[in-house]
Amino acid sequence: MTDTAAPSQQSSTSGADAGVAARKKDVRNRWLLASPALTVIFFAALGPLLIMLVYSFLQKGSYGGIVWSFSLDGWFNVFLKRDIFDDTLGFADGHLSIFWRSLKLSFGTTVFALLLGFPTAYYIATRPANLRPVFLFLITIPFWTNLLIRTFAIMEVIRNEGVVNTLLMSLGVISSPIQMLFTDFAIMLGMVYVYLPLMVLPLYASMERLDFRLVEAGYDLYATRLGVLRRIIVPMVKPGIIAGSILVFVPSLGAYVTPRVLGGGKNMMLGNLIELQFGQGRNWPLGAALSITLLVIVMVALLFYVRNASKSGVKSHG
Amino acid sequence: MADASAKPFSIKRQTGFGFIALCCFVLLYTPILILVLYSFNAGTSIAIWEGFSWRWYEAAWQNERVVDASITSLKIAASAAFLATVCATLAALATTRTEPYRGITAIYAAINQPLMVPEIVTAVALLIFFAMIKVYTGYQGLAYLIIAHTAFCIPFAYLPIRARLENMDLSLERAAADLYANPWQTFRHVTLPLMAPGILAGAMLAFVISLDDVVITEFVKSGGQDTLPTYMLGQLRRVITPEINAISTVFLAISVAVVTVFFLLNRKGSSSS
Repeated sequence: MTDTAAPSQQSSTSGADAGVAARKKDVRNRWLLASPALTVIFFAALGPLLIMLVYSFLQKGSYGGIVWSFSLDGWFNVFLKRDIFDDTLGFADGHLSIFWRSLKLSFGTTVFALLLGFPTAYYIATRPANLRPVFLFLITIPFWTNLLIRTFAIMEVIRNEGVVNTLLMSLGVISSPIQMLFTDFAIMLGMVYVYLPLMVLPLYASMERLDFRLVEAGYDLYATRLGVLRRIIVPMVKPGIIAGSILVFVPSLGAYVTPRVLGGGKNMMLGNLIELQFGQGRNWPLGAALSITLLVIVMVALLFYVRNASKSGVKSHG
Repeated sequence: MADASAKPFSIKRQTGFGFIALCCFVLLYTPILILVLYSFNAGTSIAIWEGFSWRWYEAAWQNERVVDASITSLKIAASAAFLATVCATLAALATTRTEPYRGITAIYAAINQPLMVPEIVTAVALLIFFAMIKVYTGYQGLAYLIIAHTAFCIPFAYLPIRARLENMDLSLERAAADLYANPWQTFRHVTLPLMAPGILAGAMLAFVISLDDVVITEFVKSGGQDTLPTYMLGQLRRVITPEINAISTVFLAISVAVVTVFFLLNRKGSSSS
């Protein structure tokens, strides 16, 4: 808007000064334009995180909430616990096992999503150009539909009274239903299912630009199909692999709905452990400290992603 | 190309990839299709088919809590989508078509912040913050949910609007300025109409994202403020009847319709520019 007016103001004598003034005004206007968005985000996303950081250093109230006095108990309880009988210190096995399960399941989800997503993205990228948007649309549709509904769809399929078990039992393959729901398997299946599009899309983006002359050169030099895949295609789409993996890993680590619905009460992940502290646990400082721990892990993964993205960006330009 | 039939050896083929892709699509769609199918089940089971019926749709329609939750969902989604789109439009104008200026990276980072923080973390942070405000003001209304939804909808509304602005031709605005339109007139009669498809796309994405949210709503809501997703989450702990399937199916239909329109809009937009 304002930048269109700037050139006409640059008259002969004080041209430079007027230009600088116009630019200053332009930048001020731009900050004004951005201010509603910034205010909302500060008020309802960023600011509350800062308050939570403060809360993690306070004492817990006996019925939830906090007491306004400094304490490191929240952070202390993330990994350690004091024995209620003899007051000795030990690792908080419960928390550690939930951390471990979250990492394990998120990693497993990423690997399975990659194993499924890589061939799919490759398949789409090698279709004729007019068919690709249709396939991409089919991948994107589930992504924009409600996550809870998709998780619920998986739940219906794998329940003891669900379609899979009913079918297998009526075929006589099994005599009693296989317990799939409320297991780690169910959580992982659910997460692969809901986050698969996040793997396929970046993979596709890097495969679309794949230079098939290099693939052809590989075959000319008597490479096998596997050899070409391993030594030409995979190295060239590596940025897509890393991007997709992080885009799946990060939401898996912070998953709340999927483990709650498919994992039942026992198979908790970090998200559910955090919720517990604000519900029955009544330990807000611990919940806040756990949230910030999760946030830090996610930020480290995203930082890795950004660095990778900017590196590969430089490579493609140069 | 190498696909031509003259050469039986296709360099693009990889053994088994087509099959895995097929599995991938089957995996993505089978559970949803089963969910939709059983919403029409005449029986009370979600696994044994007993014939076609609309009874669960009728049951959902007559369930007062479902109707209330739907109205709450729509109220929040409409308000949040509107506010987020206004904020995102202004922010997109602030951050495109310019030389980098001091703080522009900070603005980008702030706008995209809700995308990077895990939802559960934002949810508990909002729970803490709004609990403080509730104690001070005593206000319990929908405004908390609306502002929380607006915040995480802004990045989704921002992306298509920004993309649209960046691909826009500057010459029309220059022409308007040359014809003595003041900046406001230029904006009103040239820039805004050109941006419209992006704004519409952004508003629709924001609407769908707000409608779908479970986690933040679950933590921020006060009593009696169930949205459709949080109502469903509560129901999953009980005995499940195809009524949930019926609600889900309607929900899915709305999302798919909005997203399809969004895609068509986007394709038209990109082909015209």
